[in-house]
Amino acid sequence: MRDFDYIRPATIPDAIAAAAEPGSAYLAGGTNLLDLMKGGITSPERIVDISRLPELNRIERLDGGGLRIGALVRNADLAHDPAFAKSYPAVAEALLSGASAQLRNAATVGGNLLQRTRCSYFYDTASACNRRQPGAGCDALGGENRLHAVLGWSDACIATHPSDFCVPLVALDAVVEIEGKKGRRHVTLEEFHRLPGETPQRENALEPGDLIVAVRLPAEAASFSANARYLKVRERTSYAFAVVSAAAALVVDGGKIRAARLALGGVAAKPWRARTAEAVLLGADASEATFASAADAALADASPSGDNAFKIELARRIVVRALMSALSGTPERLPALPASPFSNIPGARHDA
Amino acid sequence: MTLELSLNQQPAHARQGSSIGQPLTRRDGFLKVTGAARYAADNHPPGMLYAVLAVSSIARGRVASLDVEAAKAHKGVVEVMTPQNRPALAADPDAKDHPFMFRLDLLQNDQVRYPNQSIAVVIAETLEAATEGAALLSPRYEVLPARVGLDGAESFVPRGVGVGGPAVQHKGDVEAGLKSAKTRIEATYETPAQYHNAMEPHAIVVAWDGDTLSIDTPSQGLAMAQGRIAGLFGIAPENVHIRSPFLGGGFGSKGMISGPQILGILAARLVGRPVKLVLRREQMYGPVGHRAPTRQTLRMGMDGEGRLTALDHHAKTTSSTFDDFFEPAADASHTLYASPAIATSHDAVRLDTGTPLFMRAPGEATGSIALESAIDEAAYACGMDPLEFRLRNYAEVEPMTGKPFSSKALRECYRQAAETFGWASRPLQPRLMRDADGFLTGWGMGTATFPAIMFQAEARAVLKADGSGVMETGAQDMGQGAWTAFAQIAADGLGLDIDQVDFRAGSSDLPNAGIAGGSGHTATAGMAIHNAGAAVIARLADLATGDEASPLYGAGNEGVLARGGRLYRRDDESRGESYAEILTRAGLTEIEGHGKGAPDPASQENYAKHAHGAVFAEVKVDPDFGQIRVTRLVGAFAAGRVINPRLVRSQYYGGMIWGVSFALHEEAITDRRSGRIQNANLAEYHVPVNADVPSVEALLVHEDDPHVNALGIKGVGEIGITGTAGAVANAVWHATGVRPRRFPIRIEDLLG
Repeated sequence: MRDFDYIRPATIPDAIAAAAEPGSAYLAGGTNLLDLMKGGITSPERIVDISRLPELNRIERLDGGGLRIGALVRNADLAHDPAFAKSYPAVAEALLSGASAQLRNAATVGGNLLQRTRCSYFYDTASACNRRQPGAGCDALGGENRLHAVLGWSDACIATHPSDFCVPLVALDAVVEIEGKKGRRHVTLEEFHRLPGETPQRENALEPGDLIVAVRLPAEAASFSANARYLKVRERTSYAFAVVSAAAALVVDGGKIRAARLALGGVAAKPWRARTAEAVLLGADASEATFASAADAALADASPSGDNAFKIELARRIVVRALMSALSGTPERLPALPASPFSNIPGARHDA
Repeated sequence: MTLELSLNQQPAHARQGSSIGQPLTRRDGFLKVTGAARYAADNHPPGMLYAVLAVSSIARGRVASLDVEAAKAHKGVVEVMTPQNRPALAADPDAKDHPFMFRLDLLQNDQVRYPNQSIAVVIAETLEAATEGAALLSPRYEVLPARVGLDGAESFVPRGVGVGGPAVQHKGDVEAGLKSAKTRIEATYETPAQYHNAMEPHAIVVAWDGDTLSIDTPSQGLAMAQGRIAGLFGIAPENVHIRSPFLGGGFGSKGMISGPQILGILAARLVGRPVKLVLRREQMYGPVGHRAPTRQTLRMGMDGEGRLTALDHHAKTTSSTFDDFFEPAADASHTLYASPAIATSHDAVRLDTGTPLFMRAPGEATGSIALESAIDEAAYACGMDPLEFRLRNYAEVEPMTGKPFSSKALRECYRQAAETFGWASRPLQPRLMRDADGFLTGWGMGTATFPAIMFQAEARAVLKADGSGVMETGAQDMGQGAWTAFAQIAADGLGLDIDQVDFRAGSSDLPNAGIAGGSGHTATAGMAIHNAGAAVIARLADLATGDEASPLYGAGNEGVLARGGRLYRRDDESRGESYAEILTRAGLTEIEGHGKGAPDPASQENYAKHAHGAVFAEVKVDPDFGQIRVTRLVGAFAAGRVINPRLVRSQYYGGMIWGVSFALHEEAITDRRSGRIQNANLAEYHVPVNADVPSVEALLVHEDDPHVNALGIKGVGEIGITGTAGAVANAVWHATGVRPRRFPIRIEDLLG
């Protein structure tokens, strides 16, 4: 077998020291890393298993109304936390629309942020991939790419970030709490993931040894709880990555939009915050016409990276629908098919 | 339903069954849900090594180098098998002695003819070491351009399609029929390559002892596998013992032994120790067969009453560069709809892929989705309801041959399914139905059909002096329920309660049960069992009726009944005695009888034999996003006698769900440049999940067929896919007004 070191540090500083060595990888839920190792896509020489670090497992209310979610909180535990789901319904909905129940039971908050792209050329080690092997080229360009990026891509990489969870998080100004050799620092989720540019292998703001210890949601994020939705179009009803998804959150008063948040998933190498669209929404009438303008703004810079022009029009429509859904109000209970366009179909009555 | 079996082979003796027709749960269910069922890869003989395939990452070319030294230097690696040291075979793996002998890749040279072709085998003390050893081989290739896709090479007309049927057939004058038609349609549909994804990948555990072989491997055809292995290794078939008690799904992929399984045997030969070889999921995408893609063009003409005047069905498909299997998609138009002129034709291209082979309803499934879509278009062109149109063109005799059907309860299938579904209120025009949530709603239908095929099988029955029975046949349970259905037939065949019968199957040292394929296993092996039972009961009856001490003495002329472990006089059921009494008095510990199952040549000649069904589908489509969900499926099927309604329904459900998969999900995505399949895993090769099939109903329509076989069994394994895929496609059209032209139907096809 391919040998690697396995280390289970007792403390965060020990973990960081261990992982700062070249060739190291943190192991939490392992739902992505183990597949990557089995497929030979990544071959760490040292696994630093942080899954039992106790202090990373908590959900804490912060003074001033924010929330701090430990990096090891399981996706399922977070989504099913009633207080969390009530305050951040779009985040819970996104979590429950992702993967399968079994995977959600294992996958962690920090791991979700760090999951790798699902671009098949990244996984196919016989293909050229700049993300896997810098300078090798990008076989997704000119290949089978109908699900690839339409925003923020470069000739070096047209992959997308597959997370659902990150989409409402980035819309709600989530902040990533990182501990590294130089101490603790905070990076907004929007800045955390990078667009590929010429260096697609640099996927995020982490430096060697850096450990995500928590994700924070600011106090303001809960102010959208009455009008926040996540919507995900996919190629089967469950257990599929988004073709395109959107998180929309509104504060509406007297028919006017007082605050608006919008982000897209499945369209870029990062969860895509649509700030120009938010600017269109802010102060405007809460109407379908406004939402359509916002959708146009959100996709103004989009361009197909291959056989995926349809995703641009699809994304526009999803933005409009997500905003309409948010406007009509967060449902009392999460639907049985979270984030699905079919969540309202009669017969699907059980709750998630 | 009557429980008395007709016994035309042995009219003097009748048995009354009580097991056939009962909805018994799976007899192996407990073993399976508790994990006690031992599948091939669960075996671990002493001293066993692990073999892992190294497979090609190119589609075409040759292996220029392998770093065998690096692999062998890896801790735990015992041996690396390459073309240089692969043990000799007695037969050329590229020989093709008959059409069902498919060429295998057994390291016969350094050529690569498809991606995922085996190029070496690493054998090690652990799976991990073998896996890493395979990676360390770091093959280098001389690469030739890959031929990819339906337009990837020059097309030709194959000599035969499917199991050797003519590639081109016709009756009547199609062009004249089209010319005379009042309404005409022409439509082209594409279906994708689909790959086998049985839950259990191909696996083999093999031990040599001199020139005898002990093998655990899943097989849908034990005797064929035994013969193929014996031929390749130059040993007697009886020296090859294969156990296959359970298959984690076969669907055609385990019908013939595959190259990787033979490589496991070669690996064990090379190292002189038992070896286990299990395919990784992605290694299934090449050497174990697949459903080839098709591009099908249908032309139909109709007269003023909506009657077909001509039906022309052309299918283009693909095969490998080195072997012949051609998906007989156009043949789907031979059996369903009456037309004075029918023409079917095929052409093909050769690509750098593994050889396509049998995959659940090969030809029928691909052909059905195109034919049923075209029929739907034709009905609409005539302004007719699709059901009315199908009834207008109902085939009273098999259209292509003119033969009468052995039985055909399709009208009743249409009626029952339509009524259950609520079809009558369907508007003719598309895009008219919306549900309360604003989703486009569509209703579509399709006709299902699959031929009632029989192969050859044998069975051996034993009655013991303690009154119990044994039934032996090397039948194969792929998950369809053979352990249960055959035990039911055996119990009735022996006139015993099912718990008194020891039913033995799944091993090559038992009588040849034929292949579990072509939806013909229950009919074929079932008839062998039935006849073996009849033979041993006849022997028992001879003992009793010839014995003055028996209350049955002299009853030979009137016949006897066998029931509940006793024989009775047919004319006086108060007179009878137990099997045990008869055998004990005769001083016998046991008696045996043998039976065969085979198609009756006369009925083959005189009748067209098919199962039929009707499937109705409701879909909801998001009007803005084009995301589709099948919300209801109702199918009604008539397939002769039902041995076990619970298992039969399960077969229909499985087939219907595969039909949903065909229409909406399944597709191997091949890189247009490299020829490599990009989604060779269960995350990205989509099949339906539970949420995709919220409501499936299968109705069993009564059908007595006196011609197919004495038990009246047709077969239910594959028919469910046919009809269903087209019904879903037609429902999508009805919901959206967009006619699906390629499958699976994609979001962008409906975005508008």
